[in-house]
Amino acid sequence: MCVDTLSAPLTIAFDYTRSLGPVLGRFMAGLRERRVLGGRTSDGRVHVPPLEYDPVTHAPVTELVEVSPTGTVVSWAWREDPLEGQPLDRPFAWALIRLDGADTAMLHAVDAGSEEDINTGLRVRIRWAAERTGHIRDISCFEPATEDPGGVSPLSQAAADSGETPPVLIMTTPIRLHYLHTTSAEEDRYLRALAEGRIIGQRCPSCRKVYVPPRVCPACGVAPDEILDVEDRGTVTTFCVVNVPFAGQRLTPPYVVAQVLLDGADIPIPHLVLGVPADQVRMGLRVAAVWRDRAAWSTTPENIDHFEPSGEPDAPYESYREHL
Amino acid sequence: MRRAAVLGTGQTEHRTRRTDVSMAGLCREAIDRALADSGTDWSQIDAVVLGKAPDLFEGVMMPELFLADAIGAAGKPLLRVHTAGSVGGATAIVATTLIRSGVHRRVLAVAFEKQSESNAMWALSIQPPFSAPITAGAGGYFAPHIRSYIRRFDAPRHIGALVAVKDRRNGALNPYAHLRQPDITLESVQASPMLWDPIRYDETCPSSDGACAVVIGDQQAAEASERQVAWIRATAMRTEPTFYSGKDHVDPRAGAEAAAALWAAAGVKDPLEEIDVAELYVPFSWFEPMWLENVGFVGQGQGWKLVESGETALGGALPVNPSGGVLCSNPIGASGLLRFAEAAMQVMGRAGEHQVAGASTALGHAYGGGSQFFSMWVVGRNP
Repeated sequence: MCVDTLSAPLTIAFDYTRSLGPVLGRFMAGLRERRVLGGRTSDGRVHVPPLEYDPVTHAPVTELVEVSPTGTVVSWAWREDPLEGQPLDRPFAWALIRLDGADTAMLHAVDAGSEEDINTGLRVRIRWAAERTGHIRDISCFEPATEDPGGVSPLSQAAADSGETPPVLIMTTPIRLHYLHTTSAEEDRYLRALAEGRIIGQRCPSCRKVYVPPRVCPACGVAPDEILDVEDRGTVTTFCVVNVPFAGQRLTPPYVVAQVLLDGADIPIPHLVLGVPADQVRMGLRVAAVWRDRAAWSTTPENIDHFEPSGEPDAPYESYREHL
Repeated sequence: MRRAAVLGTGQTEHRTRRTDVSMAGLCREAIDRALADSGTDWSQIDAVVLGKAPDLFEGVMMPELFLADAIGAAGKPLLRVHTAGSVGGATAIVATTLIRSGVHRRVLAVAFEKQSESNAMWALSIQPPFSAPITAGAGGYFAPHIRSYIRRFDAPRHIGALVAVKDRRNGALNPYAHLRQPDITLESVQASPMLWDPIRYDETCPSSDGACAVVIGDQQAAEASERQVAWIRATAMRTEPTFYSGKDHVDPRAGAEAAAALWAAAGVKDPLEEIDVAELYVPFSWFEPMWLENVGFVGQGQGWKLVESGETALGGALPVNPSGGVLCSNPIGASGLLRFAEAAMQVMGRAGEHQVAGASTALGHAYGGGSQFFSMWVVGRNP
């Protein structure tokens, strides 16, 4: 059965930082000065970008040599529809490029114009970013080298060392991904019930436990069957008083996040307990859902704003001890 | 079963930020020390096992890919292990299994975390669509379970502070520890801010950059070693869902079953009597009494009493976390392997100032996820 369940976009992003260490730190510092440094390994080969450790001897790589900003396309693939975050916003070639003086090829974009103008063996050179910060993106892309400077010989170790600026310590790499978050049939059913002001659970056909929200039983691994309404009130099993501010926080501390075992459910849900001083919340406290204005309801758990004390006597420990 | 032994261990100086090294450099700091400690050179390493805790962007943050050459895996088998906070322990067990299967003679296990350059803070992660905006922060997940423990066994409220004082003072004896606080007192811990009631600031682990490595060898490699090795007498791993109806967060079934299997395989009848020192994964101080019960050192409700008696301090009947433990250093991915390595260091007699005199049998323990993954080993001075 194919069910058209609720879905919504989800974008997540994080600015990763990377400490570069002594080798890549020098490589990035070189880019800022429009110079490309390769690392020489024990077999005599020059790697661009340099390796931090020799793959044969495992010793740290220490010898960096300057190579040419011009090189040769070793292989390529055409990108007709560039994606967000790629080096160019018009059709381009991804290419493996071996710079003159290097023994390895590096992957980068070639702004070739059209697929007819890129080929293996094409001579290309670095197009430097206008503003360089000591980052891999200081290489904007590659472009066809119309005038081949011809056989630029790598500078010596001494020459490379003499003009060097201090290594770059750290590099920031923002990452962003877009998803379409699609709900399961059980979650979809739960959300649509919430939009009507109801909380539903589903019973596992094997262990008979009622899960809220409904889900494939984590203990038995089978799909739930019987659908039933549970109460919008229940018992605080255990809780935490949040006194600390942190990233992404919605409320001002102190506030209580509790495990609330709804009447009719066999597993608690985490929720806010408000309307009572934090130091008066206790295990066994009976609480009731406080719904938002009906006009604001939609297919979201946010229809329940929080829980607050119902005024009933506390539940005995024995009634919830199996849910801690 | 074929025998296996820890030939040597290495770890980094654990700090809030190790911006002086790349991730490769951080791993190599631990690896180079483990190779030196074990008297092993690169040509003798047959395979490499790498552990790291989860990151927000799995699929983007792929350390096994970009570290392969730096951690010496070129031309050799490389396995990545991935079991949340327990991953360091699981990494050591995977390496042990490669030896015990007879496939390899010497395997390098390495685990790391650069928390300052990761997004490993699972509890602070994104809010997907259709979910409730109920956020409590990192300690907010564990605090309610600690409250449940206190209620279930009527534990006095100062037990968590006692553990914190012990571990932080132990950490002051460990040159690699991130937090080294020789002057900490019960009063100062109890005066520290209550972050996630009932968890105080001084009862929580730090966020660390660090790595750990061990070299594990077969019987022939162990017998060829010129130094004392740590014989791996038994390993155990168990898993359970993070949430299910009836899950016991205070005494997780997977932890209890892993421990029972571990003691049986090691031939340990009375853990409290036969184990000389334990490195337990204690990210919040109250987990010491909880795990003392869960792994079976004492009966239910007796863990806090063992803590209160002082028997888990250095010089006690069962020193727990003489290294300072996770409360002093928490490079998440490496934290489990550090427990395993510290247990080995104790029976090898190479724990320095935090050495438990005469230690001949030790427990290394790790857990991860929402008390979901458990891994443990028993190591001994003798096979």
